[in-house]
Amino acid sequence: MSLMRVFDVSGSALNAQSVRLNTVASNLANADAVAGSAQEAFRARHPVFQAILGTTLADWQDSRASAGVRVLGIWISTAPPPMRHEPDHPLADADGNIWASNVNVVEEMANMISASRAFQTNVEVMNTSRDLMLRTLAMGT
Amino acid sequence: MTSIEGILGVHEPMLRFRAERAEVLASNLANADTPNFKARDLDFRRVLDSVQGTGQLSIAQTRPGHLAASGTTSSGGELLYRIPFQPSLDGNTVEGPIESAAFGENAVRYQASLMFINRKVAGIEAALTGQ
Repeated sequence: MSLMRVFDVSGSALNAQSVRLNTVASNLANADAVAGSAQEAFRARHPVFQAILGTTLADWQDSRASAGVRVLGIWISTAPPPMRHEPDHPLADADGNIWASNVNVVEEMANMISASRAFQTNVEVMNTSRDLMLRTLAMGT
Repeated sequence: MTSIEGILGVHEPMLRFRAERAEVLASNLANADTPNFKARDLDFRRVLDSVQGTGQLSIAQTRPGHLAASGTTSSGGELLYRIPFQPSLDGNTVEGPIESAAFGENAVRYQASLMFINRKVAGIEAALTGQ
């Protein structure tokens, strides 16, 4: 029954969006972290999503209508960490410089709202499908 | 007397089509943030044609590995790609509100088909019991 596959598809989306929320939480938590060198500075992490399509031909023909989503990997931002001159800082290097994280807080907040909305949409899809299935089960009574 | 299989008429294939379309729209919503994902939908007209037997002729598939000429699904629907109102930079053509609206509409029509079937069953029951 194809309504059953809606749960697989939406479930994979919930999983992917929660990974995204996790990375947002980790980025925001480390937004103010500082380090003594550019290499050690915290860099923002972002998940990259990919559609899950069938692997075999039969698989593909049978369920090509549905495509779940998975997290292909975590991409680490390559933006240069901002350098500040703070000679009094305990982590400062010989020249008195420290490096902050390259997390963009505004971008992370926008990302969080987007992930939260996507999560809500997919929960709504699951609820609707569940209602339809329950009504189908009660057909003719 | 009509045969028992024909009682539900067009509503039974319609129910299958609606369930399949729900799956396609759920995939679109699940991949709303996937780069390069192309939103898809099923064409209702093709399904209706194939149910009524007035559809276009398709290529014969004599072996299991043969592909259909177009992306047809088991209920005879054709999988087409949606044309976005506003294309995004990452190549994704899913537009959340449009997919949500289509999903909601599909759910209502599914319930409408279910209601028709339920009424049909109730009518037959009334005829059988004679009350």
